[in-house]
Amino acid sequence: MTADGKSSGRVAIAGIHEYESRWAPDKTSFQIMGECAREALADAGLSLSDVDGLFAANMTMGAMGVVGVAEYLNMKPRYLDGTNIGGSSFVAHVAHAAAAIQTGRCEVALILYGSTAASDAMAIGTGGGGGRDPGAAFVSPYGMTLVSSYAMVARRHMHEFGTTSEQLADIAVSTRQHASLNPHAKMREPITRQDVLESRLIADPLHLLDCCIISDGGGAVIVTSLERARDLRQPPIVVRGTGESVAHREIGAPDLMTIAAKQSGEQAFAMAGLEPTDIDVATIYDSFTITVLLTLENLGFCKRGEGGAFVENGGIGLGGRLPVNPDGGGLSSNHSGMRGIFLVIEAVRQLRGGLGARQVEGAEIALAHGTGGYLGLMHSGATLILGKD
Amino acid sequence: MAEARDDTKTQDAGTREVKSESKSKPDPLYDRPAVDWETRAYWEGAGRGELVLQRCRACRVVQHRPRGLCVSCLSDDVESFVATGRGEVYTYSVVRQNQASAFRNALPYVVAYVQLEEGPQLLTNIVGCDPESVSIGLPVRVDFAPTETPPGETPLGVPRFRPA
Repeated sequence: MTADGKSSGRVAIAGIHEYESRWAPDKTSFQIMGECAREALADAGLSLSDVDGLFAANMTMGAMGVVGVAEYLNMKPRYLDGTNIGGSSFVAHVAHAAAAIQTGRCEVALILYGSTAASDAMAIGTGGGGGRDPGAAFVSPYGMTLVSSYAMVARRHMHEFGTTSEQLADIAVSTRQHASLNPHAKMREPITRQDVLESRLIADPLHLLDCCIISDGGGAVIVTSLERARDLRQPPIVVRGTGESVAHREIGAPDLMTIAAKQSGEQAFAMAGLEPTDIDVATIYDSFTITVLLTLENLGFCKRGEGGAFVENGGIGLGGRLPVNPDGGGLSSNHSGMRGIFLVIEAVRQLRGGLGARQVEGAEIALAHGTGGYLGLMHSGATLILGKD
Repeated sequence: MAEARDDTKTQDAGTREVKSESKSKPDPLYDRPAVDWETRAYWEGAGRGELVLQRCRACRVVQHRPRGLCVSCLSDDVESFVATGRGEVYTYSVVRQNQASAFRNALPYVVAYVQLEEGPQLLTNIVGCDPESVSIGLPVRVDFAPTETPPGETPLGVPRFRPA
């Protein structure tokens, strides 16, 4: 990627769509993907026949993944990528699409996601014992739910750094405030710190309102060369930096406070030639409040252990030191199992501008970071830095 | 990874009764673990009442979970040894909600990482105490829950911990 302002070799996001409803019992996940494809193509001013690269993931498609999506949409793309690294997948798809476009493997990449998690009544965070990796036998006997894997990280953070439930609650409060400005958000009634603290404990120290909602939903993102994007309907949003990584139990003694975001963030900032202070708005995977706090630390927005002070009292609210998830995030707007695509979409919307009350004024550079998996067990991270053309 | 998938059956293990050592609340149900050749020594050790870890004979690194080779130096000269079974709580959570039947009756229960004296941490349950009394740094010792042994098979156990 060149940093000289020329379009040669650079890649941009040219079309987006977030499925508007959060409840779609009359739809299939494939149908949601198809409708999102239609709307994102219209947004870009393209048609399905322009697409020659297809990317897709969700929690329910079969073992051949994206092949089934191509079949459903009667497509024969020349580039396929069904990468599934959990909820962060779609952030990674943008990076993979950029590389494919830069190397001539495809020209117009369509990234798709669709899910009916809510109408299927999936118990995403509070079922079973978790984990289908080869080490699952060492996990499943113990009833570690998804929520409790994040809760153990939160507990450790509190122990090491004095982080409080009040500080975590403030993340949920800011995010709900943002959701109240988003007409499509699932939960729009403002909440207080006390509301969060008084909501029932799901897995100590995480309360119900520390947890993301469960919705139906889907989205589509179109990536193409910056040159081509400049001829399309929307102002191009340029891919400036990308990074991917993983964190896990290592061989038994990990540092739970260092998450995948550290490595992926360093890669993305280095590629972009930017620093955390250059970021105007961030979309951060908020499966749980602790996810946001630890991601902010690991991306370098604040020092290790200082996430609590960073987020409290509206620090990540609109008008705060770093507005995070102005769409209302997964905590309040939209979480249908794998939220990564919504992180990309809201980052693009903020850079396009014109969002009314939830617009971060003058936003030039946005960061999206996805976390996939079980934070305290094994997870992926993908970071994307976007800028105006 | 068919073996790995199989043990998710634990989640639907039904409501069979479990003896739980003079406590009113039942422990989580432990099904017979899914075993493969990499992990057999660990689970059979637990069946004998021993916590078995791995050490590489080449680079001396202790690793958990058990693997067919040392992932620090990729030597396959890996030995099993019996750990002390002592450690302390590294972090924990009291689980208050789990829809899976194997765990629903045991709520609230404690999941934890225990920092072992030998270096690795183990994911486990803390049992034998009030969940509210667990804290980071709490000294604990290993304890083994037996599992049902099919005729002709070697007994297997599930390590969990209780206050020392």
